Amino acid sequence: MKILVTVKQVPDTSGKVAVNPDGTLDRASMQTIINPDDLNAVEAALALKDELGCKVVAFTMGPPPAEGMLRELMAMGVDEGVLVTAREFGGSDTYATSQILAAAIDTYGVEDDDIVLAGRQAIDGDTAQVGPQIAEKLHLPQVTYAGEIKKEGNTLIVKRMLEDGYMTVKVQTPCMITCIKELNTPRYLSVGGAFEAYSKPLTIMDYPALKDHALIDATTIGLKGSPTNIYKSFTPPQKGVGMMLEGDGKETTDKLAGILAAKHII
Amino acid sequence: MDFHLTKEQLLVRKMFREFAENEVKPLAAEIDEEERFPMETVEKMAKLGMMGIYFPKEYGGAGGDVLSYAMCVEELAKVCGTTAVIVSAHTSLCCAPIFEHGTEEQKRKYLPDLCSGKKIGAFGLTEPNAGTDASGQQTTAVLEGDHYVLNGSKCFITNGNVADTFVVFAMTDKSKGNHGISAFIVEKDFPGFSQGKHEKKMGIRGSSTCDLIFEDCIVPKENLLGKEGKGFKIAMQTLDGGRIGIASQALGLGEGAVDEAIKYTKERVQFKKRLSQFQNTQFQLADMYTRMQAAQFLVYSAAMKKQNHEPYSMDAAMAKLFAAEAASDVTRRAVQLFGGYGYTREYPVERMMRDAKITEIYEGTSEVQRMVISSNLGVK
Repeated sequence: MKILVTVKQVPDTSGKVAVNPDGTLDRASMQTIINPDDLNAVEAALALKDELGCKVVAFTMGPPPAEGMLRELMAMGVDEGVLVTAREFGGSDTYATSQILAAAIDTYGVEDDDIVLAGRQAIDGDTAQVGPQIAEKLHLPQVTYAGEIKKEGNTLIVKRMLEDGYMTVKVQTPCMITCIKELNTPRYLSVGGAFEAYSKPLTIMDYPALKDHALIDATTIGLKGSPTNIYKSFTPPQKGVGMMLEGDGKETTDKLAGILAAKHII
Repeated sequence: MDFHLTKEQLLVRKMFREFAENEVKPLAAEIDEEERFPMETVEKMAKLGMMGIYFPKEYGGAGGDVLSYAMCVEELAKVCGTTAVIVSAHTSLCCAPIFEHGTEEQKRKYLPDLCSGKKIGAFGLTEPNAGTDASGQQTTAVLEGDHYVLNGSKCFITNGNVADTFVVFAMTDKSKGNHGISAFIVEKDFPGFSQGKHEKKMGIRGSSTCDLIFEDCIVPKENLLGKEGKGFKIAMQTLDGGRIGIASQALGLGEGAVDEAIKYTKERVQFKKRLSQFQNTQFQLADMYTRMQAAQFLVYSAAMKKQNHEPYSMDAAMAKLFAAEAASDVTRRAVQLFGGYGYTREYPVERMMRDAKITEIYEGTSEVQRMVISSNLGVK
């Protein structure tokens, strides 16, 4: 049994967002962090590893410096990293990204008792599409928005947390689960882990390594293979401080109605 | 000297910073106010390998290096001087002498529990009449068959009330002066051993400081650390390493105060200008930052020399002397920049100023550091 986790380096949203002329993010010039939901997926994998002793492998697609993120995850306890990186993969949208990551995961190998984990969504695009798309392309059953995961033999019992309630789902491995922040609190990397991280195995999967996979073709990867066209990316202007009215009586609602009427909103 | 951090050191420093910010900073004011030892933080640090950073994995350590340990203490001290000294005293004053002077059996018996944080360590050298003059030890140890009998007391022992394992010094032969001092590993459950009252201190108020009392305390013969009569040398070598820890604590306290002062002076408005727009503020902060940066070079240099097994006694003394005096100065200036608010406990800088003062005193006063440095220069 092994757990394969997909992770993404995302821009640190506390810094300034830089955009390329083609509208895509200029990731090289921005400070990066590990996508927060992905850290929950990694923690879920490591918790299962603590319990069952299985291997955890982290996959990421990104420029070569993304190795730093994989090493950080290894310092937390991840056993192995796979860096999917090639100029041909640049500019991929969610469709192309999932195409490439699915090919990478498939090339690595998914066995009957394996689990693929992903964060719900990345904070840069907020699409929540890559995890489910990977599952579709690998023909794996998928459970999204996992707030609890329990393993019983080859079955996972997953509590999905939805806007209007919970849903508990049983799923057979191999499967794909996308994780939300309520699932756990990610651990810190450890001192011992940091000093071992750079001696753990890291595989680079570049274009030649994946080009013969059925999912990879010039029309399905990179900017050209991406059906999404970005019209414009920008940092929204900061909103002003809102107005807060306190009180639960008619006086307050009248005041609110008065303000809205004065602004011609109602 | 190459001050580039290794990839591993960059990784651990990131963790230390996040840990300090998320787990240590929120408790700093509370443990100071309540004079409470933050056992919950020690448990968290233990899980992350922070209680045995530079000891080999075979003894339960994290397999890191001395500079990473210095950075750990530094990052903790940026937000909490108390938490920093807990790690420093435990590591430098208890784990280190056992690792450096212990027999294989002693290392295997004591280090795994200390490095994993299951047990906390402390060091007992200072006595009411043997402070800077550590050679004036009055605690005695007499060999009786298969054990030593210790009598006497120690004072101002950091981690004293919470520690399980102590490295303690006592006179085995009074006629030999320094050469009559021996070191022992004492467990808190040894018969005749007890811990005294908690000292009420000016700063590092969450740290445990107390007397140790030995009343016919039975210490097995195999707990002699090093050879009989070599205790003074062990104590001095241990303090050389300890000074890197305290210098790192001072460094962090000063850097923390600079961070707070930059943040505050950019927000506080007087005479319709932010304080940071006044040249006095700019010059003060430039000086404060420069002093701490210079301190950092000295501290890291000493840590790297220890790591590389080069002589580092003088480097550690210079690092501690400079960092401690810089920390006292910089934290005091930070309070001044904060004005009246800086004098209140609403802001952390008064605590940092109180915490910084002790770094000029313990593990060798600044005057002792000057003695060590001048002696190394052959100025006698």
